[in-house]
Amino acid sequence: MSMMALNPTDNQPLIQLQGVTKVYGTGQAAMHALRGIDLRIDEGEFVAVMGPSGSGKSTCMNILGCLDTPAGGAYKFKGIEVGELSRSQRTRLRRFYLGFVFQGYNLLSRTSALENVELPLIYRGVPAGERRARGLQALETVGLKGWESHTPGELSGGQQQRVAIARAVVTDPTVLFADEPTGNLDTARSREIMDLLTGLNREQGITVVMVTHEPDMAAYAERTVHFLDGLVASDKQNGRAT
Amino acid sequence: MLWNTVLLALREIKRNVMRSFLTILGIVIGVGAVITLVTIGGGATAQVKEQIASMGSNLLMVTPGKRLGPGQSSNTPLFKVSDGEAILRDVSSVAAVAPVSSKSLQAVFGNANWSTSVTGTDNEYLRVTNRSIGSGRQFSDSELRAGAAVCIVGETVRKKLFGGQEPLGGNIRLEKLSCQVIGILTAKGQNTMGMDQDDIVVIPLRTFQRRISGNQDVSLFQVSVQQGASTDKAQQDIRLLMRERRHLSPSDDDNFNVMDMKEIASMLTGITQLLTALLGAVAAVSLLVGGIGIMNIMLVSVTERTHEIGVRLAIGALEREVLMQFLVEAVVLSSLGGLIGIVLALAGSVWLASVLRVPFVFNAGIVIIAFLFSAAVGVIFGYFPALKAARLDPIEALWYE
Repeated sequence: MSMMALNPTDNQPLIQLQGVTKVYGTGQAAMHALRGIDLRIDEGEFVAVMGPSGSGKSTCMNILGCLDTPAGGAYKFKGIEVGELSRSQRTRLRRFYLGFVFQGYNLLSRTSALENVELPLIYRGVPAGERRARGLQALETVGLKGWESHTPGELSGGQQQRVAIARAVVTDPTVLFADEPTGNLDTARSREIMDLLTGLNREQGITVVMVTHEPDMAAYAERTVHFLDGLVASDKQNGRAT
Repeated sequence: MLWNTVLLALREIKRNVMRSFLTILGIVIGVGAVITLVTIGGGATAQVKEQIASMGSNLLMVTPGKRLGPGQSSNTPLFKVSDGEAILRDVSSVAAVAPVSSKSLQAVFGNANWSTSVTGTDNEYLRVTNRSIGSGRQFSDSELRAGAAVCIVGETVRKKLFGGQEPLGGNIRLEKLSCQVIGILTAKGQNTMGMDQDDIVVIPLRTFQRRISGNQDVSLFQVSVQQGASTDKAQQDIRLLMRERRHLSPSDDDNFNVMDMKEIASMLTGITQLLTALLGAVAAVSLLVGGIGIMNIMLVSVTERTHEIGVRLAIGALEREVLMQFLVEAVVLSSLGGLIGIVLALAGSVWLASVLRVPFVFNAGIVIIAFLFSAAVGVIFGYFPALKAARLDPIEALWYE
């Protein structure tokens, strides 16, 4: 695969969206999910993305996560024009730079916590011994030391989300995309997860982009971007909560 | 990486033991049936060859008609006793000639009756077919000349008609003929075609002609060639002699057949092999059906694991890695079915061979072919579901409920 196309440039912003549009369907039934998004995210930021349902924030996250491509405009990731990449090139981009945490955890059932965490390393071709060591390390980071052999069914919701976070950061990604990571959790568990994400952002320098409905959770981020009707309605720095 | 994928596939199979087993049942049965049939067929062929070899290569059979078996033209003249006498007299390399005429008849003794084959011949028959008298005696010359009402019975006929009673001196009835048992043949068992060679009543040819067939015809001659003499030469000499005796002009085809055991052997093994191939082909169809079963379950599996596929694709699995995962799973499944089928087939063949009294001949070729075929079935029928999995859109797969 041509790594030339994936050659990132460090002097470029990490994420830059310029007039990004996305349309679903055609003609009368066409739904304009994104109507021209301009957004720049630099390395080390912790950004919360908010907005009502249908505001386009999920579509934007899919594009940012290289799971989807813009219909118009440009998305540059470290200077790489993502819209011009093939499907497998985008997969490689995800494999080496991106981590994902989903609302529904999306762990493999009947598979131990450690094996779930090791999964992305398998696709990176990391040898078994190193995989295990890094998997255990990541589980320890999220506070699940001793829970390695438990399957998702044997873990609570908060613990499952921690496994998912461990899986996302085991590869030392540049960006972590979190889609409503606390959506299924109570307040206490939610705060633990947010503390964990804040810690990863501050201590390991991982850029975090998080979609949330709750202003309390958004307050953990340094910056909040509001979406409305496929456009960025507001974009402001937060006084960070502690 | 491939080894990891195989381990992953094995784990996936283990998670659903019952379903996996049902999935591969078709392959198990297909592979098992193919190997069993071919192995037993091979054993039967080997047995035919061996039995024919044990009969000696110096046997010839002279039959009327253009070829052996059904389809003889009805206007072909049959043989007379004098034809056999001429063969013995004029062909120097011939050691013995036995005229043979047979008919299936009901044999009755007291209350017991048994349907058997009645053969009219002479004492040379015993020599030519390599049989001997177990108890009693063979025919005397005067009995043969006069067409006396005497018979020699095989072991099966003795058991069925006489049970525990003394057969020698007893009178059995064959249609209107009542004949006295003067000898018992030594048991010989089944012949190459699975017929019981002890299910036989032998009577003098003249008795057969007068009392049973009502004519002077002879169905066929069995000829033994002298040890060391060429059967090809004898065959050729008999052919020329018979052409002359049957007044065939040079342009006429033979209306009789002189076959040596090699030809009969190749004909019989040919039939056996054809049957084996046909049955094997039927069994191969079940392998195909087994493959469709695998495809069906793999499609279900892909749908069930849409979420998992979405996660894998999102965190960096390439299309071909997901394709590979499901393809390997299908191949591991079908190969596992193949292996189980092979084990069952070999055990079944050993057992079946002993029941059918056929030698067990291990055929490594068919085992390897059947295994490769089962693996290939996995590749062919696993490809479509695997492709379906690999082509999934990660976003849709993640949101799939």
